[in-house]
Amino acid sequence: MIQLEKRKEPSTFWIYATPLLAVLLTMVLGGLLFATLGKDPFMAIKTIFWDPILGEFAFYYRPEVFKKAAPLILIAIGLSYGFKAGIWNIGAEGQYIIGAICGASVALAFYPLEARWMIFPLMIQAGVAGGVIWAMIPALLRVYFKTNEILVSLMLVYVAEVLIKAFSIGLLRNPDGHGFPGSRNLNQYSSSANLELFAGTGVHWGVVTALFAVVATYVILAKHQFGFFVRLTGESSRAAGFAGVNANRLIITCFVISGGLAGVAGLFEVAGPAGQILGSFPAFYGFTAIIVAFLGRLHPVGILFAGLLMALTYVGGNAAEAAMNIPSATIQIFQGMLLFSLLSVDVLTNYRVRFVAARGA
Amino acid sequence: MTDTLLKIQGLTKAYPGVVANDDVSFDIGRGEVHALLGENGAGKSTLVKMIYGLVKPDQGQMTMHDVKYAPTDPRQARATGVAMVFQHFSLFDALTVAENIALGMENPPSQRDLSDQICKVSQNYGLPLDPRRTVGVLSAGERQRVEIIRCLLQNPKLLIMDEPTSVLTPQEVQILFQTLRKLKSEGTSILYISHKLDEIREICDTATILRHGKKVETCTPSDKSARELAEMMVGASFEAPKRSDRQLGDVILEVSNLSLNAADAYGTSLRGVTFTVRAGEVLGIGGVAGNGQDELLSALSGEAMTPASMVRLDGRDIGHLGPNDRRLLGLLAAPEERLGHAAAPNMSLIENAMMTAADRKGMVTSGFLAWGKARQFAEDVIQKFDVRTPSAQNAARSLSGGNLQKFVIGREVLQEPSVLIVNQPTWGVDAAAAASIRQALLDLATGGAAIIVISQDLDELIEISDNFAALNEGRLSEIRPMLGLTVDQIGLMMGGAHDIEVEHG
Repeated sequence: MIQLEKRKEPSTFWIYATPLLAVLLTMVLGGLLFATLGKDPFMAIKTIFWDPILGEFAFYYRPEVFKKAAPLILIAIGLSYGFKAGIWNIGAEGQYIIGAICGASVALAFYPLEARWMIFPLMIQAGVAGGVIWAMIPALLRVYFKTNEILVSLMLVYVAEVLIKAFSIGLLRNPDGHGFPGSRNLNQYSSSANLELFAGTGVHWGVVTALFAVVATYVILAKHQFGFFVRLTGESSRAAGFAGVNANRLIITCFVISGGLAGVAGLFEVAGPAGQILGSFPAFYGFTAIIVAFLGRLHPVGILFAGLLMALTYVGGNAAEAAMNIPSATIQIFQGMLLFSLLSVDVLTNYRVRFVAARGA
Repeated sequence: MTDTLLKIQGLTKAYPGVVANDDVSFDIGRGEVHALLGENGAGKSTLVKMIYGLVKPDQGQMTMHDVKYAPTDPRQARATGVAMVFQHFSLFDALTVAENIALGMENPPSQRDLSDQICKVSQNYGLPLDPRRTVGVLSAGERQRVEIIRCLLQNPKLLIMDEPTSVLTPQEVQILFQTLRKLKSEGTSILYISHKLDEIREICDTATILRHGKKVETCTPSDKSARELAEMMVGASFEAPKRSDRQLGDVILEVSNLSLNAADAYGTSLRGVTFTVRAGEVLGIGGVAGNGQDELLSALSGEAMTPASMVRLDGRDIGHLGPNDRRLLGLLAAPEERLGHAAAPNMSLIENAMMTAADRKGMVTSGFLAWGKARQFAEDVIQKFDVRTPSAQNAARSLSGGNLQKFVIGREVLQEPSVLIVNQPTWGVDAAAAASIRQALLDLATGGAAIIVISQDLDELIEISDNFAALNEGRLSEIRPMLGLTVDQIGLMMGGAHDIEVEHG
């Protein structure tokens, strides 16, 4: 019989080991999944995890990994503050979309003016502002009406999805686009294009910002009073109140951070890899970022690695789909399995597993 | 009083890192009031949980009336005639007395029959109770009655009571004792767990003393003095805190007509609380739990804000200020709940030090934290207050209750407050740590600080307070000097028996 015994202190070994264990567990379970589909499990795992980094076509796949990792990491970093404090922003996807809409609108408003030095920074600010405003809705409702932020932020994602569809065929539609839905391609407009900074690396401004966010968050959590208050609130809200933390101010600040980072991720994506405002722009980064945040244990460095790993599953999954005819839904199953495995093995951090003989009558 | 009801032999139970009970043996006779004596952490709770079937012993055996007794769960224990009144009650505030009692029964009779039974039994044993009242409005003493009546309805042979008088005023204690004497005369045995020596000497026939899990002795308490019993409990004699003659200075803290609505339906609202504390004075505020202690501490610490002039420090209105602003002005507090309020359980002692000392000890500059200073401060506290822990990096939850409390109090004392408010400073703490905490509070007062000690432990308040007031249902009694105050007078200030009738037919 399995018995769980609470540890005196959270185990440091397992804090670092559980994400690795979760990844291994997912590989095993994923391999089994592929085997039941009739595919060679080892080949599949290799195609997904190994080839994109070091295989034959890695020169093509590696930049793709960075491009996919940037929004995941940006959003996950933003979410990690709130999650650490028990503030659940589940609507990052919506904030990401609205940030993209706002940023793209600024660019298109200036078209065809060539003044990148002015337009690009304005776009970034608009992206941040858009995400912040969208995030303020659940935040203020929570502070003033005690509504559940999970529900409100999630519902607003659907609103944002409808909005972007509407804009792509209405206000933001490309007038030179022969009537097709979609805005102008921002990649082709030099003032707004978010292209790679170094050829062949896939590193665009979003990647740079993501790295900066990781470093800044590390410093804030370790050395700044705000980071300490976030951690303390997550530990014990009563102790946080005793330490003088203003709960409402904390909620709003966490939503501002996560909304702003999600919004700017949306801006970098629409001005970069995606290119234009389209109904199909939303790519669920806002939701996958939640998995990335927990896989990285809400720690900035962990999120960095988790984001890269998640991006790898996207890119590798696409490669496997092409090379081995594996259905694309498998990627999402993988990502879900990662989260499941992590949540299950997480019990080892706080509890010791003991096998005891069943008790007699 | 001649037959043996329960025979306990060699009971042993170990948990990781600690042997809770080590080869404990004693007998309880029929109609005997048997005390189980020991300080916090001695193993009383574990032993009693084994008797009640909540925990299975590793070794040893029990026999009831010479028949082997090994209950696997409380239901079996109850079926064999063992009933228990816990220290912390399991009652639902929103339901009536009768509904609560029915919930704990296997086959409850109809509400009407049950109400009749409750009335009859409660009158019979001198603990009258109206079955239709909602539990939420009952005082702690009345709630205990509900628990006791619940047990008595099962006609137990052995009634176990865990720290029964911790929630009673002195008058209510006497009422309880009369009930116990009646039960005894009918042949019911009582296992009475307590650390209150005077009560045990008054009501108990036999006492078994536990220390660090082992049985020290089984004796007749009335043959021994309270001091002898204390020394057997603790295993050493230690100094009672010394009070030096202190000169009282100016009034530092002034609380005027403090009124605060309860945070939720079953909290306690404070009404018109008024008092002052001078430099060098220790004001003891007594009262049974649930009469507004937490609320009073929140109002003073700044966690709950009030109209500005209700709380004044050095003549300055501070009622509208939050905890950190009050800390900067020299007002510090230590709440009752160690893990989850005074300290964050999973955070290290260094982080817990930063939690309250950040502003006062200059650990924050433009928002950035000086962890080196926090570590230094934490290590200072650990060293000066003899906190047993491998290092300051250890999580708060890994410390024993007594050590964590020493840290929590020490953390505030070393910040040199001008006013310190503590709530239940030695609850659940071993005797040696409790003595050092009380001495630290007295030393702080000698240094000129104003101290407010909110406590349920009257012995503690009698030992260290200069003045005394009692909190009863959110209202503060008048303040009287401690010197010369009798226990009876204190009891009346705490609300006496709360106007409950006593019927002993």
